[in-house]
Amino acid sequence: MKVVGDTTTNVQTNKKTANISGRQLKNKLFKGLFVAATGLSLLVLIVLLVRIFTQGIGHLSWDYLTSFPSRRPEDAGIYSAFIGTIWMMAVTAPVAFVLGVGTAIYLEEYAPKNKFTDLIQMNISNLAGVPSVVFGLLGLTIFVRELSLGRSVLAGGLTMALLILPIIVVASQEAIRSVPAELKEASFAMGATKWQTTYRIVLPAAIPGILTGNILALSRAIGETAPLIMIGALTYVAFLPENIMSQFTVMPIQIFNWTSRPQTEFHDVAAAGIIILLVMLLVMNSIAVWIRNKFQKQL
Amino acid sequence: MNERSNKTSISKMIESKSSQQGMKKAAEGLMPKFFLICAVISILTTVGIVLTLIFETFSFLEVVGISEFLLSTEWYPLHGDPSYGVWPLIMGTLMIAVIAMIIAIPIGLACAIFLSEYASDKTRRTIKPVLEVLAGIPTIVYGFFALTFVTPLLQNIIPDLSIYNALSPGIVVGVMIIPMVASLSEDAMSAVPQSMREGAFALGSTRFEVAMKVVLPAALSGIIASFVLAVSRAIGETMIVTVAGGANPTMDFDVTSAVQTMTAYIVQVSLGDAGYGTTEYYSIYAVGMTLFVFTLLMNILAQFISKRFREAY
Repeated sequence: MKVVGDTTTNVQTNKKTANISGRQLKNKLFKGLFVAATGLSLLVLIVLLVRIFTQGIGHLSWDYLTSFPSRRPEDAGIYSAFIGTIWMMAVTAPVAFVLGVGTAIYLEEYAPKNKFTDLIQMNISNLAGVPSVVFGLLGLTIFVRELSLGRSVLAGGLTMALLILPIIVVASQEAIRSVPAELKEASFAMGATKWQTTYRIVLPAAIPGILTGNILALSRAIGETAPLIMIGALTYVAFLPENIMSQFTVMPIQIFNWTSRPQTEFHDVAAAGIIILLVMLLVMNSIAVWIRNKFQKQL
Repeated sequence: MNERSNKTSISKMIESKSSQQGMKKAAEGLMPKFFLICAVISILTTVGIVLTLIFETFSFLEVVGISEFLLSTEWYPLHGDPSYGVWPLIMGTLMIAVIAMIIAIPIGLACAIFLSEYASDKTRRTIKPVLEVLAGIPTIVYGFFALTFVTPLLQNIIPDLSIYNALSPGIVVGVMIIPMVASLSEDAMSAVPQSMREGAFALGSTRFEVAMKVVLPAALSGIIASFVLAVSRAIGETMIVTVAGGANPTMDFDVTSAVQTMTAYIVQVSLGDAGYGTTEYYSIYAVGMTLFVFTLLMNILAQFISKRFREAY
């Protein structure tokens, strides 16, 4: 019996060895397939960027940046939407920063290990998965109607702040967690209190990571369209916001408006707007990466 | 002499210290409370979302009736005799999600295998950020791309494809979530210990065999979880389907004609002038509720899969 068993194994081994070139061929084939898939996704990115750039570059000019939208495509500009985006960011950035970093400090430094803390943590990861249009419904009901803020910059900015809150909390938590425990222990050993340690040791060490997370979250907010359509940011605005209670529009909504027009000339105008939007995102992301690389080595 | 002056200066220091103590104590006591309030706001956000959806959905169901909403298969809210059966919107949403996953799962997983098992460290460090760029592009840009580039391109292949259709936004949503599938699956595969790969290599396996028979099974829970999260993302995607999908809630499963997803319907009503308090206005909350339940279930499922079926090494 044993002998028979051995022979079968031998035959199998022989078969395997004989097939080694086949197996290596299979390996090479699939490697090619995997490379091709990766290349394909990079190719889509390139096609998308090239297409939008060639379509929109003709419309890009100083006039485009400083003109209000118009019924005639050749006169249409993105001025009010650009300024509207900056107004909204001026509300979103501080609110989201304070709430997000505050939550992260609480969870990492103060929170006791109990059910309530687990609930907050679980809640944050679930909030991150809620579709942005649902945040729009929340903003419409709570900010626009219940708190009677109207379709204002304030209502839009607060809605966006809640939308990006989970991203900021998670990024800030990671940054705070990566501060070495020895630094904190040294501070406590010198008699510093909890808040002194947090304020003077933990936050300065974690601030590059926190800033990176915040900038990336804001760049998400700049590109969001749906929640602001929900709260009723206007699609055609030929004026600038005067204060945080003014009506407004933002760049993605203006781009959406131009894209959904039947005249294809407006598509070129939309492409020009997209170039501006992408350049803004590129600048913000570059700053984030720069901060991360510059301060990463120091810890 | 020397000792004496030291003593006085120390007592001075103590004095000045204790004068600051009040401020410090206040900060020491107040700051944790402030941070707790920040943390509670995130809970209030969830409570706000859930309560908003529940209350307004009830206002809607009082008029329409839950049986019509859940059982009818016709959705034409703007009709003289409106019908509010949610199924056409759900089917439109699922159709987009299925097309998106047909694109995103194979390509995303192939990217993940390449990055985790074949690519050198340097290649990985170059390609991953580029994929992140793909994930960071605003969805309105993808919508524009779908309508003005992908749809005309597809019309060359399928001549009777209408301008608004399910195919083009489905494909573009798929492209949008490739980085998500790739990045999360790659994380799961990188977490598989190197010793397991080395063991398989020592037995004479090729790279492909190691990837398929050792790494993939070991990382399966994380990979499946990434698929589920991607589906959830595709279901919640709004602007691509609004711009390129059209506004035609049907149940005919025809990918070449216009569809309407739950998200696109909500946007359509918001853009129109449905007055506050009308049934049409309340209907967006009922649809939003349906959408919220779908994505929440998906997210919980993903968490469950990655926890329950994780192989611990």
